[in-house]
Amino acid sequence: MSDHWIQESLNPAERKWEEFYRNRFQHDKRVRTTHGVNCTGSCSWEVFVKDGIVTWELQATDYPQLEEGLPPYEPRGCQRGISYSWYLYSPIRVKYPYARGVLVDMYRKAKREYQGDAVAAWASIQDDPEMRARYQAARGKGGFRRIGWDEAVEIAAASTVHTIKQHGPDRVAGFSPIPAMSQVSYASGSRFMSLIGGVVMSFYDWYCDLPPASPEIWGEQTDVHESADWYNARFVAVMGANLNMTRTPDTHFISEVRHAGAKLAVFTPDFSQIAKYADWWVPTNPGQDTAFWLAVNHVLLSEYFHERKVEYFQTYNKTYTDGPFLVEITDGVAGKCLRANRLASHADVENGDWKLLVWDEDAKAPRMPNGAIGDRWASEHKGRWNLEMHDSVLDVDINPSLTFADDHDGVVEVDFEVYGGDGGVEARPVPTRVIETIDGPVTVTTIHDLLMARFGVKRGLAGDPNTADYDAETGGYTPAWQEKYTGIHRDTVIKFAREWGRNGEKTNGRNMIIIGAGANHWYHNNLLYRSGITALMLTGSVGINGGGLAHYVGQEKLVCHASWGALAFAGDWGMAPRHMNSPSFHYVHSDQWRYERGYREYDSLPSVHPAKFDHTIDHQARAVRKGWLPFFPQFKENPIEVVEEARKHGADTDEAVVDTVVERMKSGDLELAIDDPDAPESWPRTWFIWRGNAIGTSAKGHEFFLRHYLGTHSTAIAKEPDDHGITEVKVRPDAPIGKMDLVVDLNFRMDTSALHSDIVLPAATWYEKNDINSTDMHSFINPMQMAVPPAWESKNDWEIFQKIAAKVSEMSQKYLPEPVSDVIMQPLVHDSIDEISQPQVVDWRKGEAEAVPGKTMPKFKIVERDYTKVGEKMGSLGLGIRNNGVGAHGLRFKVDDFYDELARKQPDQSSRDGDGPLRPSIKRDREACDAILALDPATNGEIAHRAFEAEEVKTGQSLTHLAAGSRDSRVSFADLIVQPRRILTTPTWSGKVAKGRPYSPFTLNVENLIPWRTLTGRQHFYLDHEQYIEWGESLPCYKPKPDHAMLSETEESLAEGQDGKLFNYITPHGKWSIHSTYSENDRMMTLSRGGYPVWINNKDAAEQGIADNDWVELYNDNGVFVQRCTTSSRIPRGSIFVYHATERTVGIPISPRRKKRAGMNNSLTRVRLKPVLMSGGYAQFTYSFNYWGPTGNNRDTFVYLRRIENPSY
Amino acid sequence: MKVRAQMSMLFHLDKCIGCHTCSVACKNLWTDRKGAEYMWWNNVETRPGTGYPTGWEDQEHYKGGWRRDEKGRIKLKLHSKAGGLGKLFYNPSLPELDDYYDPFTFKYGDLFDAPQGDQQPTAIPISKITGEPMKIESGPNWDDDLGGSDTYAKNDVSMEGVDAAVRAQMEELERVVFNYLPRICNHCLNPACVGACPSGAIYKRGEDGVVLVNEDKCRGWRMCVAACPYKKVYYNWSTGKSEKCILCFPRMETGQAPACAHSCVGRIRYMGVLLYDADKISDMVSKPDDELLDAHLGMILDPHDPDVVKAAAASGIDDGWIDAARNSPVYKFVKEWGMALPLHSEYRTGAMMFYIPPMSPVVSTIESNLVKLDLPEERKDFELLDQLDKARLPIKYLANLFSIGDEEPIRRILRTMLSIRTYKRRQSLDGTELDAETIEMLAQVGLSVNDAEDIYKLTTLPTIEDRFVFPPYHREMSIEEINDPLAHKGETGLGYIQAAHRGP
Repeated sequence: MSDHWIQESLNPAERKWEEFYRNRFQHDKRVRTTHGVNCTGSCSWEVFVKDGIVTWELQATDYPQLEEGLPPYEPRGCQRGISYSWYLYSPIRVKYPYARGVLVDMYRKAKREYQGDAVAAWASIQDDPEMRARYQAARGKGGFRRIGWDEAVEIAAASTVHTIKQHGPDRVAGFSPIPAMSQVSYASGSRFMSLIGGVVMSFYDWYCDLPPASPEIWGEQTDVHESADWYNARFVAVMGANLNMTRTPDTHFISEVRHAGAKLAVFTPDFSQIAKYADWWVPTNPGQDTAFWLAVNHVLLSEYFHERKVEYFQTYNKTYTDGPFLVEITDGVAGKCLRANRLASHADVENGDWKLLVWDEDAKAPRMPNGAIGDRWASEHKGRWNLEMHDSVLDVDINPSLTFADDHDGVVEVDFEVYGGDGGVEARPVPTRVIETIDGPVTVTTIHDLLMARFGVKRGLAGDPNTADYDAETGGYTPAWQEKYTGIHRDTVIKFAREWGRNGEKTNGRNMIIIGAGANHWYHNNLLYRSGITALMLTGSVGINGGGLAHYVGQEKLVCHASWGALAFAGDWGMAPRHMNSPSFHYVHSDQWRYERGYREYDSLPSVHPAKFDHTIDHQARAVRKGWLPFFPQFKENPIEVVEEARKHGADTDEAVVDTVVERMKSGDLELAIDDPDAPESWPRTWFIWRGNAIGTSAKGHEFFLRHYLGTHSTAIAKEPDDHGITEVKVRPDAPIGKMDLVVDLNFRMDTSALHSDIVLPAATWYEKNDINSTDMHSFINPMQMAVPPAWESKNDWEIFQKIAAKVSEMSQKYLPEPVSDVIMQPLVHDSIDEISQPQVVDWRKGEAEAVPGKTMPKFKIVERDYTKVGEKMGSLGLGIRNNGVGAHGLRFKVDDFYDELARKQPDQSSRDGDGPLRPSIKRDREACDAILALDPATNGEIAHRAFEAEEVKTGQSLTHLAAGSRDSRVSFADLIVQPRRILTTPTWSGKVAKGRPYSPFTLNVENLIPWRTLTGRQHFYLDHEQYIEWGESLPCYKPKPDHAMLSETEESLAEGQDGKLFNYITPHGKWSIHSTYSENDRMMTLSRGGYPVWINNKDAAEQGIADNDWVELYNDNGVFVQRCTTSSRIPRGSIFVYHATERTVGIPISPRRKKRAGMNNSLTRVRLKPVLMSGGYAQFTYSFNYWGPTGNNRDTFVYLRRIENPSY
Repeated sequence: MKVRAQMSMLFHLDKCIGCHTCSVACKNLWTDRKGAEYMWWNNVETRPGTGYPTGWEDQEHYKGGWRRDEKGRIKLKLHSKAGGLGKLFYNPSLPELDDYYDPFTFKYGDLFDAPQGDQQPTAIPISKITGEPMKIESGPNWDDDLGGSDTYAKNDVSMEGVDAAVRAQMEELERVVFNYLPRICNHCLNPACVGACPSGAIYKRGEDGVVLVNEDKCRGWRMCVAACPYKKVYYNWSTGKSEKCILCFPRMETGQAPACAHSCVGRIRYMGVLLYDADKISDMVSKPDDELLDAHLGMILDPHDPDVVKAAAASGIDDGWIDAARNSPVYKFVKEWGMALPLHSEYRTGAMMFYIPPMSPVVSTIESNLVKLDLPEERKDFELLDQLDKARLPIKYLANLFSIGDEEPIRRILRTMLSIRTYKRRQSLDGTELDAETIEMLAQVGLSVNDAEDIYKLTTLPTIEDRFVFPPYHREMSIEEINDPLAHKGETGLGYIQAAHRGP
């Protein structure tokens, strides 16, 4: 028997050797820190230091607990995060400054020629086209040389000063993504840009992480549940979000809530990781979820609003949605919401164009409820911006009608466009009333009734032509209709919808949609989102713990955004930042616009509108001049010289300078850069990249970046159309190659961007610096803490940009010695009175309106810049914060006492000798952290109290009690090191978190009647902006996906060879990386397949003779990608999946087809902007940075795929 | 009764994310060095799939574990054909490099050092062992997330006996599925590695059951590698010795969970003490297949039983350990609630890690090219409760992994989970007043409402203290036998094995 084999040992003497492993485990220090960009996990980690080396990391588990009955957060941290320590000492670590050798040689030679004058030397290189082309062509092709810090900083500063002087400060651009995860590191470059007048480029919209439906419906960038709140849901639908991959440390709340009784449905075309948890896995065809949800809404409207009225749903829809608001019907077309000032009784109300009406069921008359955007920006009668159903003009309460179905003056047929299928227009009956206005009788209906009609719900109205029951395939968004798009049987839709309705009814709205990039990266993402959000609004699920839309795509919640914003964009020094939406920046400057014929090729617009020839770039140019979107460079002239010139001609005040600018614009004398984007005067010149992979994985249309920005090799073969059909902007005959003079990258690893940059500066890793980190996913603030000093010659970003700034100031002694004035062109902005500037869409250039800055066109601000002081200002917190307070969400509140307290704690030595007040020092990263924490309502209870006081003035509601319990609370960096701290309830956010309640968005709105920042103040089913009506998107609707024939990105490739097969190219988040970070590290490469696999259905593979792990080449007109493939039936046929954000630095062969190094996942994409998302100057459709504007969608791409034999490196 | 204590880990597979954080935690701490590159003391397998090393469950090939002969005697499978020692120098059942993988990395330095050329440089793949360029054709997690793969999922050894039609469906949309199986050393009661070691280098620690390879005594025969049916002992090609999962004993001894369990973000892992009767080992491992699982689970003693407590004290088990055994979450899931099972009990090693099998989505049908979920006409809270065969993961497959092919224990456990979910759903939607039907539903799986609440809470709400219950190790008492603890206070860490030597 076996007993004698079992050697059981209890004898310590025999077991002395066990110390072998004990010794390995011993460590010298454990340091709490976290990981810093892109990943929004915000996990608290302990880093173990042994012998001065970071040896490994494990999760800290001491999160404060939330309220009883919720699972705790611990542990947080995933396979990627736990592999981070590899980077510190790895061979891909950037240890020293590097520069391209060919450029260094040119620069040194020129510097000798110009007697050591760095700026003159740099200018001489830029003035020589041959030299410029030579070093540009070398970009990305090796030849790096290690140089010293002084020289690296000198070149960067020389290019900056040269650009400012020669072209203007708005030709210096800076890109860094997702500040929330290392807020001070982000702020380093953005503060520098803001102080010099450079361009701060957005990321959230560019990454297509911004869900435009959120501002459309809620006037909110994004506001979502912390993951613990998933546990309060009882029906969860996960759509396009592979939580196991993207929200790894939060996923347990999903597995756990099922055991608490919740039902889980997962919508993914592939059997994904999250599908393993599902009760119902619904494999909708890629990008067709819209159709599924529209049909769900059809069932909900039929069964829960028409056949039976559920009291909870009725009350919710009347109070919190625009459902009862009145819309004008003219000639069978639903137009704009009826304005209050059209009624004789309300004709004189302030901002009457911006106040709206509902029908009072009892009074049988129209009434104007509180809370519309006109109330928000009231100058008289403040305090009416609230969700009370009260008419403050008549001083009566309102009982609004949601529908006229049971009581109407008439039934009118309204036209609805059918997109897809055979198309056409269907007239559907809508119950109406006629209202007497000062312009005569007007026919109106409710938004809810329009919704019923749009969805084709059969209501027995006047014969109901073109409405449908569930089995009808036309006449509405029925369960039968959706089958041809989704591939899902009607029976499944109906069962899902009934369970959705039942759950909402029985739990008062604990229905949740968790949604992600799989849904948000489509061209028509706004429609996809709106279809799902409609089902949430109908079931009263938004603003409820456990209910609503939980959008997680690169979500970033910088909880202290009020204080941080001032610091990051130099508001403390009175600067107005040049915030730029990157989608437009890249679409225009990387010349991707030149390769397409514009949106009319692939966007579906109503057939009733004449198909006018129009190009996206035309729309873009109009959006800029109307003040809808920013654009930089702003003019074809240097904005500093524009001011100088104006002053020379007698403009002696800022107003006079602005007048001159407007006059010159009107006459056409001062040209906008957007109107001639390829003119050398319109190019961006110096580009700083930090904390991001701007040229690599962030670059939709990467190969066009290589060609037009960098001037180096590219695998794009796309051709420009013979006739672009462009009317508004100048199309120069030859697209410029190599617009950028200098690209500087701060990096800890040699990624694709670093490899293609001119200068690579060694940045400290996340374990080597102090910073603050916060997230949407939980309600704690985490510190990033220096476990070991920056290794080798690396430095943290905060220090690096101070060095560059100091050098710029030093060089400015000669080149920009006197203070200068800069005119900044800004668009109309959200959360300001600009939201009520454009009731109609008009074009001043076409003479449709006067050119009035801040009304019909951009606004202009004059800012004084002293370039010799930039270095000094970087590290000192200016008095602007002390004098003006901080603000967010349209609120502003004082922080002067805390500013002074901070200044005493960490005085800026240089301010001690002056006669002004003492200023806080923010020279060191940790000082900057403490400045952010001390001055924000989310971390300072007294300031939260003040913020609620400000909100009380606007809303007339009692709110300060919400901050009373935490009024004494303060959080410092030293506190964070001890334990992550929870944020406070503040009106700079929309959720309530007192007493351990999990954050759920809009609970403040629902419970405290604070309006949403929208036209009606309510959540919007209906978008009555003229552009939305023109685009046919005023109501939720279905539009077909753009297909390859529309996109013109595969024609040249087909001509090249016919051995490939066409696939829809899907690039979801990867399992072994957080975007590109971690992807190339040894651990993750080992656990994946040592590459970036191309996932393909096994039958699709077999048809092409492809076996698992074979090499394949993916190509289209935009570029090429070569990798090995993985075959499985879990992938839907006709699509291929490549986990996004690959690097071209590791294991990428030469493309057999294009003979160059094959690129990366973005080599196959090209950005397409959706023009309707450029709308501006109108309530929630008003620009804000990372908040509103077109997004960099990339999901509709098509590629050819073919098998190749072992390619060479 | 010879009572022994075993530190045991429980894996709630229904909660597993498949993230592999556990694997990296372990690798960072223990196997991130020369000779250990390919060692994954903790790995996570996508199942159905072939696992790591490839096809490790195929004991016809690998000859791991024990075999019961006609007379009911137990022998190492490895020794079944030829004599044990005769195989020392030629062992065909030893896994080869191809069964593992050739560890690779990349020539990252070329990105910095490449001279200016016509092409962009890239870091090519190279072998970690030779430094030479290589083709990457396998890895430790090669079939990750590969449900429905005709190369991997189809060749899962444990799929044997699953209905052919169902197997075919699993390669189609209707039933494609995967789940995850994290694995560490099972720290068995009857470890084949111990049995196979010619050097007597492998032992089971008396106080906590951890099975260790003594790195001083190991002579690198590698019989343990072959004999372990779970393939959880690895040969270090650099030191010439074998190594394996040590259950992070330096962490457990200081009251910290092993790195894999600590880092588990799915919160699927639980740890606690189990008491067992060491006198019953040989009887248990000799049972015929149909009695084996019951005997295996029957080894675990009730720490609340006064006789057990008395016997434990007599066997030298400290009060603190008995107390920890009473609070052990593993004991609760395995014994009190009968929800967890060992992996491949038929290997007869007495594996002491336990698994709660996972639920999976309902199957679908295809009707005129449309996907239709196979849902009953009348509404159900959770439709699978009454039709377990419509779960995508076949019951038979789970039974092959966890209950020697017997479906009954799997069905009972899945019904238990679904019944508790149904109870909690009705509570959420219909109020806390329980109807007779719900109480009856729980009774059918042997649960009171209190049981259901307890299981619910330990499944979803546990804190780190609830998941990991560690006994007091009393290291001072062990150390005392070889060194004065006060002296040790001043000396520890200076090294027993590599004591400081005076220089020449």
